[in-house]
Amino acid sequence: MSARRLVGLETEYGIIRPSMPKANSTVLSAQIVDGYAQLVRDTGSATRAARWDYADESPLNDARGHSVPREEAHPSQLTDSEPTLESENQVWTAESIALDGNDARVGATLYQENDATDVVMNMVLGNGARLYVDHAHPEYSSPEVTSPRDAVLWDQAGDQVMRRAAASAASLGSGELLLYKNNTDNKSVSYGSHENYLIPRDVQFSRLVDGLTAFFVTRQIFCGAGRVGRGMLGRGAEFQISQRADFFEAEVGLETTVNRPIINTRDEPHANWDKYRRLHVIIGDANLGQISTLLRVGTTNLVLSLIEAGMSPKLELADPVSALQQISHDPTLQTSVPLHGGRRMTAIEIQRSYLEAAETYCAQRGATDPDTSEILQRWRAILDTLEQDPMQAAGQVDWVAKYSLMKSFTERHGVGLDDPRIALMDLQWADLRLDKGLYYRMAARGLMETLFSQEEINAAADNPPHDTRAYLRGMTLQRYAPYVVAANWDALSFSVPGARKISRFHMPEPLAGSRAQVGELFDAQLEINEFIDQLAQHR
Amino acid sequence: MTQENFSARRENQAQPVEAEQVQVNTAGTSAGVDDLLDEIDSVLESNAEEFVRGFIQKGGQ
Repeated sequence: MSARRLVGLETEYGIIRPSMPKANSTVLSAQIVDGYAQLVRDTGSATRAARWDYADESPLNDARGHSVPREEAHPSQLTDSEPTLESENQVWTAESIALDGNDARVGATLYQENDATDVVMNMVLGNGARLYVDHAHPEYSSPEVTSPRDAVLWDQAGDQVMRRAAASAASLGSGELLLYKNNTDNKSVSYGSHENYLIPRDVQFSRLVDGLTAFFVTRQIFCGAGRVGRGMLGRGAEFQISQRADFFEAEVGLETTVNRPIINTRDEPHANWDKYRRLHVIIGDANLGQISTLLRVGTTNLVLSLIEAGMSPKLELADPVSALQQISHDPTLQTSVPLHGGRRMTAIEIQRSYLEAAETYCAQRGATDPDTSEILQRWRAILDTLEQDPMQAAGQVDWVAKYSLMKSFTERHGVGLDDPRIALMDLQWADLRLDKGLYYRMAARGLMETLFSQEEINAAADNPPHDTRAYLRGMTLQRYAPYVVAANWDALSFSVPGARKISRFHMPEPLAGSRAQVGELFDAQLEINEFIDQLAQHR
Repeated sequence: MTQENFSARRENQAQPVEAEQVQVNTAGTSAGVDDLLDEIDSVLESNAEEFVRGFIQKGGQ
């Protein structure tokens, strides 16, 4: 029982080129990734990268025990092959798939592109993360981490990667590209910020659904990012807690782009399938605030521990999708939602049930590690504050900070939330530029509690966490990138001088490949052949 | 009010009395928000309506 667990966070960023409003967003996204690839080529060892390897992807496997036939899947579900710029519908090319087996072109590395028009759409970074074009957005998927604090740090590192990529793309002639860490354009479109949690395979999926639904519906009160407007079109000028709530339509399902479910069933562990599940959570908002991110991950880790132990509260909402939206639509947090059997509870009450179960269980098991203690303490404190007066949580909770800034603005100017500048503030809150983004302007004034400085975040954009396979992946990219022909979450493929075949190294154990296990290989400054030989002995 | 006045006010209020901590944060927040509102016209994109209208995304996950 702990707030620690293997976690990775993904963010799809909104993107525009202000000087070219009709620009194709897939092209803009590709310019971001290619801009970063160019930066990597130019700057040498600090920020290495390689192509993505699709061999281990299986996005159509459903955790409920079946698989969707490929021809019946929505095109956007086919995330196991490389998109190209040729078509809006993203036809898949065979090139990167060919890198899967032992038949890849030897020497076809990132650093030996033959064709100047070959745009990099997908890469692995020296900090162990993945940077790529997902549909029509640039996406950063963080390296695997084991603590809520590290989840925050390597999530914020992604924002820094995006800032660098935008600057690089601009210097390559893409014009100014603006990136937004938000989840909707208020014109019917939403894009995600997903969380991934490693879970033992023997935890039945139905138990996850039962234990998580009421928690996911209500955790927005401390990790919602705030939004003005209702419905997919953002109509009206009422403030709501969550960016994503109005885009959810189902309780459980495999899709992520249509008919979005509160619990996503994609069963693609990116690890030993017999031992693990990867819970793919699509319901969260993208957070700029570090405390909202910390709470989102830390409390979810604790609730997963409760479910694994069979100790999660039995709270069955009568209508989870409607409850999600009703709670989001009430920033006073007074709304109560019905449970099966007719009882009603507020979001704070539901969260308290989970908190108290976690406190009890941690006390019984003597779980006193610093991460667990911190999350329990902060969880209780934020619920107390929200209960007393939600607006007092402005220093910790993203939606409250945004709302309080908007309210102060409307009071000063004697206008309502329908003032066009409020809609702009809603958008510009999430602008990634440090001098323009309203989140950053508030944080710079000490109005948002932070855990990490910009210097620490910059370092995490270059370096992997030490305690997961992301260390091996990231350090390999830093040291041996010219020999890495492809990489993904659970494999590294090398093309070695003189060898006729590709060497593929599998990493089915997410906690293997840590600094403690393979750090000496990097300390020894080995030649590539020696490195691969010694790595093979670590299997 | 000058910047010094703001700082002094924050320091005076930041006494380590836990029960008052919430109030201190709130006071600090409204002062800082005022500060940000003073410069927000130079931070916000010009022509709010048009800028927001131009923020059009394609579908995502």
